[in-house]
Amino acid sequence: MARAETSADLIAAEDVLLFVNAAITSTGQREFHSGADEQSLSLDFLHEYVLGNYRDLYAATLALDVNDHNAVLIARNLLVTAAEASAEQRRAEGRLIARRLALLPPQRVYGLFRRLRRARVNNRRTRAIMRDWLAARPDPAFDAVKYRAAVKDAVRHAHLAPAGELGPFLFTPHRPAAYRTPILETWRRAHYEQAAMYDLPYTVAEGFAARHGVPRGAFLERVAPRLTRLERLRLQESARGLGAEAVRADLGTMPLTRLASYVLGLSLEDRRNRRDELTAALRTAARRAAGEDAGRWGTVAAVLDDSFSAYGSGQKRRRPLAVALACHFLLEALAAEYTPLWLSGRADALSVRPYGPTPLGERILDALELGTARLVIVSDGWDNAPPGLAGEVLRIWRTRLDPSRACAIVHLNPVYDAADFDVRRLAPTVPTAGVRDAENLVALVELAQFAEGRTGLPELRAHLARRVEDFLREGP
Amino acid sequence: MTKVTLNGLTSRPSQVWGGVRLVPLIREEPIEDLRLDARLYDADAGVVTVDPRTVYCSYIPHGYVATWADDGAPAAAYGTQLRDAADRDRAPRRMPLRFHRRMARRLDKNRLRFLPLHVALEGYLALHFGGPTFAWKEWSREAIRRGLSPRAEEAYTGGAVRGLADALRVFEIYPGQCGVLVYAADALAAAFVVPHPADYRALHPTLIHDLYGELIYHYAMLGGPVPAFGARVDDTAVRSLGDLRAAARAQRDEWAAFHEDVMAGGLLDGDYTREYVQEVGPYRLSRLMPSFERHRENHLGELIDDDAGRLAYLKTFRLSENQVRRGHLLTRLAAGDWSLSTTAAAMGVTEPELVRRIEAAGFGYLLRQDVRDHYRARARGDAARRGR
Repeated sequence: MARAETSADLIAAEDVLLFVNAAITSTGQREFHSGADEQSLSLDFLHEYVLGNYRDLYAATLALDVNDHNAVLIARNLLVTAAEASAEQRRAEGRLIARRLALLPPQRVYGLFRRLRRARVNNRRTRAIMRDWLAARPDPAFDAVKYRAAVKDAVRHAHLAPAGELGPFLFTPHRPAAYRTPILETWRRAHYEQAAMYDLPYTVAEGFAARHGVPRGAFLERVAPRLTRLERLRLQESARGLGAEAVRADLGTMPLTRLASYVLGLSLEDRRNRRDELTAALRTAARRAAGEDAGRWGTVAAVLDDSFSAYGSGQKRRRPLAVALACHFLLEALAAEYTPLWLSGRADALSVRPYGPTPLGERILDALELGTARLVIVSDGWDNAPPGLAGEVLRIWRTRLDPSRACAIVHLNPVYDAADFDVRRLAPTVPTAGVRDAENLVALVELAQFAEGRTGLPELRAHLARRVEDFLREGP
Repeated sequence: MTKVTLNGLTSRPSQVWGGVRLVPLIREEPIEDLRLDARLYDADAGVVTVDPRTVYCSYIPHGYVATWADDGAPAAAYGTQLRDAADRDRAPRRMPLRFHRRMARRLDKNRLRFLPLHVALEGYLALHFGGPTFAWKEWSREAIRRGLSPRAEEAYTGGAVRGLADALRVFEIYPGQCGVLVYAADALAAAFVVPHPADYRALHPTLIHDLYGELIYHYAMLGGPVPAFGARVDDTAVRSLGDLRAAARAQRDEWAAFHEDVMAGGLLDGDYTREYVQEVGPYRLSRLMPSFERHRENHLGELIDDDAGRLAYLKTFRLSENQVRRGHLLTRLAAGDWSLSTTAAAMGVTEPELVRRIEAAGFGYLLRQDVRDHYRARARGDAARRGR
């Protein structure tokens, strides 16, 4: 039965889309234009508002590509207010939370458990979720060593009896004279024997290295085989400076946006010297992210923001620029014919750096002149040379020059604007979507185009229900 | 009487943050042969070093703190100074600074910075007003010998001006930018122009250590956010992308014209007295004194320009209404050769009235105590007679 659209429905749909944008982009960290406090205050308000008004939609956003920080916040808020939900809602939420926790990195989940403990949330559902998640961990002994304090808190909070030697290990670690579990025994020996610590996870071994006074360079050289993929990428440059050549990240396997961040962290000279290697790695990652869509997008133009504000902040260093660079390589892989337009006018993507003003209006004009089938704008939306010109150009283009929408325009914004509770928009006629990882670009662009007309609440509910179903089906 | 012009510079769209508006000034061709003194360039400023073969002249801005002489003590440059190649190793005219232990420790590196607060402004005023040039008997011996003693003027560092720190932090410097005009609640607070973009990049953060008058402090504190002057294109006239582009360009030119005619009008239309201080190569350094006309903008400043009238360096400080009133009094005294009777006649007031004004302006110490007492007694006598 068709239902009349009410203005309350439209507002609800807008509220939820706004929340999704915020939950994709904001991490509660400092941004270029706003501090960490403003960001988390604004984000917390949005969470409470959406949870209070649209509880089922709030839970459903766990199925979308919201970032880990917000996924944890959503899970926590749902568990804290479990008493307000009906039995049916609780069941649905429980499944969504369990599925989402399975996808999160373990340190985030342990962090969530500790926050729940601090908030004194210990309802039956919370304990069940903790029990099931801990039972599904592949190697409890490894977790107990790597996240000792957090595992201890979780076990205590959920009233669980740890199996085998884990109980003594967590609560009276120095009492047993020896452990039968190899990793626990290695941990015991590492207190006395330097060689043993190189068999432990890197973060644990780091503590032992400090205790034994092992020089950093020598330590990194020997611990290299135990490093995870991202630890390798993170430590590679500082290890090279210390002469530990063994720490080598395989750039070919890195995710695209992380790789872009790594490239932007290198000096311009390094980037020039390693141009072939870096370009090849970025192209490989982009092709992997593009998947079967590679080459299917026809002619594409992109306006990419490398103004000074793309520096981000000390906490999110060069993040907006990294997203733009990653989008550049991804669009190159997706398009049959691709033209990048950096705001600074630079032609070489590998030598971009955040510098100069944001003349978005002029660059969008340049892009529209190319007459491509698609235009993607990646920018934080702080158009300032002159302010508002981009909005005017897009408005006139849509209303007078291209009313038939021959060119599909979409704006992706990597920065959450705390003051507006949303990502900054350029023009009402052009859809804007928040973006955190360039890898989600394809899904975001499809979604944005679907949302270009005004989406009503029924469509949105249907869409979310579909996503939730897919999300839960992918699970074990 | 001369005017200040922004020759060789064009304004670009302003960047707004809360109540602060910063207008960048772009130079088409940077001036290569006049650069910031090489000793001010330093590794942690992150700027390119200057090639000594191409640079013949250099300048040191007023109030600049650095270790100039071999004794290793930090000192502040006193008055902006122009120097040619031969002067390179000579220490500039400077004021030694005494710091408390903790402060000195922070200042041990040769960082780019300006003098804190009062010292710089007092230096300014003392530079501009040497004190009585004629030894009329009314002036105290102190005033004749020392000129105007340094006096604490009301001024605030940029850090105290609300919103300025954030505005400078999020400001996106243009390539080729050589200057900036700072507005608080759309009142022009300061103009700052340098010869070369690299100099500007090095000096941009020092604007926060600069001085701003109380007027600016209060405007920034009480004024709300200012509008961004967003672009507006009339869509009925647009038929093609070419039209749209032309309209966009027109927006930029309109803004530049509007800014120079209206927003910066108070600075550019004012009459200034120029006192030439130094001439090195093609460059002239002069001090700007405003007209001290009341109820309009008055900017004190220092500027360097060349033979062709191209502006190379400019730094201004906006006086508050009180300071304008004091300056007005001092200029009138100077115009009357510091003679009380001549000045009083020129201003159309009686001598006791003039003395009362001098005292009210805080310059009482310039006059001999017995002279002040005499006039005060006369004024009392007048009042008593009127009362009867």
